[in-house]
Amino acid sequence: MWITNPNTVADTVKTVTETAKKQDTSWIMHHILDARELDFAPFGVIHLPEIHLFGFDISITKHVVFMWLAFVILVSTLVFMTKSYKKSLVPKGVTNLMEVLIVFVRDEIVKPTIGKGYERFLPYLLTVFFFILTCNFLGLIPYGSTATSNIAVTATLATISFIFIQVGGMMKNGVFGYFKGLIPHGIPFWLLPIMLVVELLGLFTKPFALAIRLFANMTAGHIVILSLIGLIFILHTYVVVPVSVAFALFIFCLEILVALLQAYIFTMLSGLFIGMAVHQEH
Amino acid sequence: MMIISNLLLLVFSEGAEKGGSPLDVNPGVILWTVVTFLFLLLVLKKFAWKPILNSLSERENFIKDSLEKADKAQKDAEKLIAENKANLAKADEEAQKIIEQSRDLAEKLKAQILDESKNQAKKMISDATQEIERKNAEAFSKLKEQVADIAVNAAEKILKENLNKESQIKLVNKYLDDLKN
Repeated sequence: MWITNPNTVADTVKTVTETAKKQDTSWIMHHILDARELDFAPFGVIHLPEIHLFGFDISITKHVVFMWLAFVILVSTLVFMTKSYKKSLVPKGVTNLMEVLIVFVRDEIVKPTIGKGYERFLPYLLTVFFFILTCNFLGLIPYGSTATSNIAVTATLATISFIFIQVGGMMKNGVFGYFKGLIPHGIPFWLLPIMLVVELLGLFTKPFALAIRLFANMTAGHIVILSLIGLIFILHTYVVVPVSVAFALFIFCLEILVALLQAYIFTMLSGLFIGMAVHQEH
Repeated sequence: MMIISNLLLLVFSEGAEKGGSPLDVNPGVILWTVVTFLFLLLVLKKFAWKPILNSLSERENFIKDSLEKADKAQKDAEKLIAENKANLAKADEEAQKIIEQSRDLAEKLKAQILDESKNQAKKMISDATQEIERKNAEAFSKLKEQVADIAVNAAEKILKENLNKESQIKLVNKYLDDLKN
């Protein structure tokens, strides 16, 4: 009935969105979204500088600051680690912890997924793993913010992965050989146009999935925690406090797992795609 | 189609109007992500991954070498032990042989000495017997002489005292016959 009248539909949507507007969700979105300032409530707010270059708004935002924080943490920790290796080859303390992760990425992710010639992609995949891991964990500390819950960040990381996949494949097989290798052997020639489209589309869906997966996983946990806490204020009762806190704590523990898991999955899938591009015969 | 696109447009425009949605893409963040990530990649590749991975492989090689060395050392030790055992067995055998030999020798020596001493004793006994026999004969002849002398002297005495020749001779002969027996 209503399909026949687009104006009615538009009106309905308008009413719905207007009522939705009245429901204030900014208290959740405040924690999820990027911002122009660092909010250290109740101690104050640090406003970040706005920068405009060639008509683009390249202001420093909260997520950018936390990426830089991840940068500083990673560089200092890993450089400290190299120093400790110079002293003795036997690892100790932080070095031991980092070594476990590095050896895990090398032996459990990169080696099996890429196979021969994995050394070439090892620095990139290690960097991606540790960068995502650190960003994920920074979102779990008080006043922290998850840079990986910003679609722009995850899409950029996925694009860099995409470039590594394509360039890796082309360097190994040659540009022409790489595109030829995309199409499976032994299919009827009349299927070629369809396969070409499918395979080309497949190239782009992989990084798209990478970006969306990381973004959604890192956003969802925070929204769930905030919703559980918000339940207390929506229901106007203290009775739900234990339930809300218990569930929020559970979700938080889950988020620790997810933080590790998503870093692992992003690295593993990137490695897998690189392996598929490099060794096309399989 | 138009309805859906209208709907999406409405929802997103409403969302964007109000503080932004999580799906908003900020080009500035993209730029900073690229810059940060690539810089991080370069810095870590040069200052962290290379030395760390080198250290790791160095240590792995060291452990592998050490294990191999330990394995070799153990094999050497085992060989040495086996050699020692063989040597010991050989020495034992030799000692046994030497003991056997010396026992044989001792046995032989004992038999020889025993034989010799037996022979000597026999010889000594026979010598002594001969000597005794000789001495006996000598003593007997001496005694015979002395007896004859005594008899003659006695006869002389008797003769001097009693010269009954016939009866005396008879008597003397009778004595002599007795002596002979």
